[in-house]
Amino acid sequence: MAEREADSLLFQPCLGWKGVFVLALGNTEKYSVQQMIMDKKSKKSNRLNVEKIIPGLLLLTAIISVLTTLGIVFTLIFETFTFFDRVSLKEFFTAQKWYPFSETSASYGIMPLISGTLKVTGIAALVAVPIGLATAIYLSEYASEKTRRIIKPILEVLAGIPTIVYGFFALTFVTPILRSFIPSLEIFNALSPGIVVGIMITPMIASLSEDAMSSVPNSIKEGAFALGATKLETAIKVILPAAISGIMASIVLALSRAIGETMIVSVAGGSTPNLSTDVTSSIQTMTAYIVQVSTGDAGYGTTIYYSIYAVGMMLFLFTLAMNLFAQFISRKFREEY
Amino acid sequence: MTAIQSITEKIKKDSKLMNKPIAEQKEHVYETSDLNLWYGENHALININLDITENEVTAIIGPSGCGKSTYIKTLNRMIELVPGVKTSGEIRYRGRNILDKSYKAEDLRTRVGMVFQKPNPFPKSIFENVAYGPKIHGIKNKKLLDEIVEKSLRGAAIWDEVKDRLNQNAYGLSGGQQQRLCIARCLAIEPDVILMDEPTSALDPISTLKVEELVQELKKEFSIIIVTHNMQQAARISDKTAFFLNGEVIEYKDTNTIFSNPTDKRTEDYITGRFG
Repeated sequence: MAEREADSLLFQPCLGWKGVFVLALGNTEKYSVQQMIMDKKSKKSNRLNVEKIIPGLLLLTAIISVLTTLGIVFTLIFETFTFFDRVSLKEFFTAQKWYPFSETSASYGIMPLISGTLKVTGIAALVAVPIGLATAIYLSEYASEKTRRIIKPILEVLAGIPTIVYGFFALTFVTPILRSFIPSLEIFNALSPGIVVGIMITPMIASLSEDAMSSVPNSIKEGAFALGATKLETAIKVILPAAISGIMASIVLALSRAIGETMIVSVAGGSTPNLSTDVTSSIQTMTAYIVQVSTGDAGYGTTIYYSIYAVGMMLFLFTLAMNLFAQFISRKFREEY
Repeated sequence: MTAIQSITEKIKKDSKLMNKPIAEQKEHVYETSDLNLWYGENHALININLDITENEVTAIIGPSGCGKSTYIKTLNRMIELVPGVKTSGEIRYRGRNILDKSYKAEDLRTRVGMVFQKPNPFPKSIFENVAYGPKIHGIKNKKLLDEIVEKSLRGAAIWDEVKDRLNQNAYGLSGGQQQRLCIARCLAIEPDVILMDEPTSALDPISTLKVEELVQELKKEFSIIIVTHNMQQAARISDKTAFFLNGEVIEYKDTNTIFSNPTDKRTEDYITGRFG
């Protein structure tokens, strides 16, 4: 009973004072918090305008990147149309030779450039996917906090090396080593830049996949352990499938980068477009061709000048297709949790 | 009517409903002797001595932080996943000390299943969830897996609700259904013991009732150890009850006795709701 009385005493002031809550500070000074808030508000009437202006500014910055993208796509399309006024679509897609520099018998068949790009990307994928996934599994499931703290920054450094450095690493370090195993390997080839592009994108796959795997809830992992699953079984059969959409996205993103990679293939890949599956001979990728023309002296308005836009358009379509593919895959394989 | 009286009434009613046969000589599945456990410097379990009988429901009750979850997780060594855990003493499961390093945790967990506080189905189909356990232990035969899945889902009293959508994602089920699916997943490897760590704390009253009824069914075949913060639940479903407080076992007796006639003042205070 005594307790109840104390309770009702406590509540009485609140019931008694409706409206303004008055606090006594010291002996004399009295003020009302509500009153102070009102005063401040009336002074800051422009506050309302700021609230209205800021979203507009934010929208504007968002629009800038959208407009830039649209501008680039528009330029590409526009110049590509000019190119196809001079060279037929049929030739572009079916001719077996990319030989734009001939005065008399220029040939614009994109396939040799595509084959160069695909060879490098394929080799890069063979290198990067297994290493990247293995690293991600190790980091998220096995590594101690201390090991993770050491390895992750190193991976990030690897991702931050300028690609020109990778290019010379491929040309002056990887190629000579490979040539001691494969004597028929040319100085410029697809294999060496392919491997090095793979090394370059490995951290991307490892890091993004690790994020995807770490975000699988711990309770799911515990569920697997409680059934007697080993660490490996849990990692491969529960965590990996649960994170598959993120992992797929990381792989596709990394491969998009491999497709668009320029410096490594320009330095170590050579500049001989050829349509073949041979990885030991010199190649040219789409990006390397654009570099070659841009740094050369092709005059404005020549077919060669317009050809870089057509090739650029192809590159764009490739990466766009990859991105759509990534979205499709991640929707299809998404495992909700 | 005082709280003790009302609980006693309930127990009398429940035990009539259950119509328990008098136990013949039952074996101990677990024998814990002088178990101590530390999280770093924090002494979480102090000199635990507890024997758990097979084919019974053993409830572990106590206020938050009393070590009841820690204890149950030690029984299948899930506690090892927490960094910095040290133990001393022995827990013998069917006669073998599971704290011995030579005892493989995976072997133990194949014999001792666990149901968690929050339903944690895998992000896979209902079928795959149940088939996962048998699959990782090498059972690949599709027809056999079909049988195991049906039997387990029936065992967990959820078959009728999910039989038409076995291939749908488990996360489409309600919380209560997910928990019974997790029980089915656990049954699929036919364990000897099932540990339940507050299995109904995230469920609504109706789902809770279903899980409780299920526990009564399951104890015919399995030994069940259930951690609960719900004393009525312990009174309703368990045969024996252990009361934990600050890492120690204060009292461990037949559920009827502990709720009607607790020896220790602290047990009485807890079950009558004076604290906790």
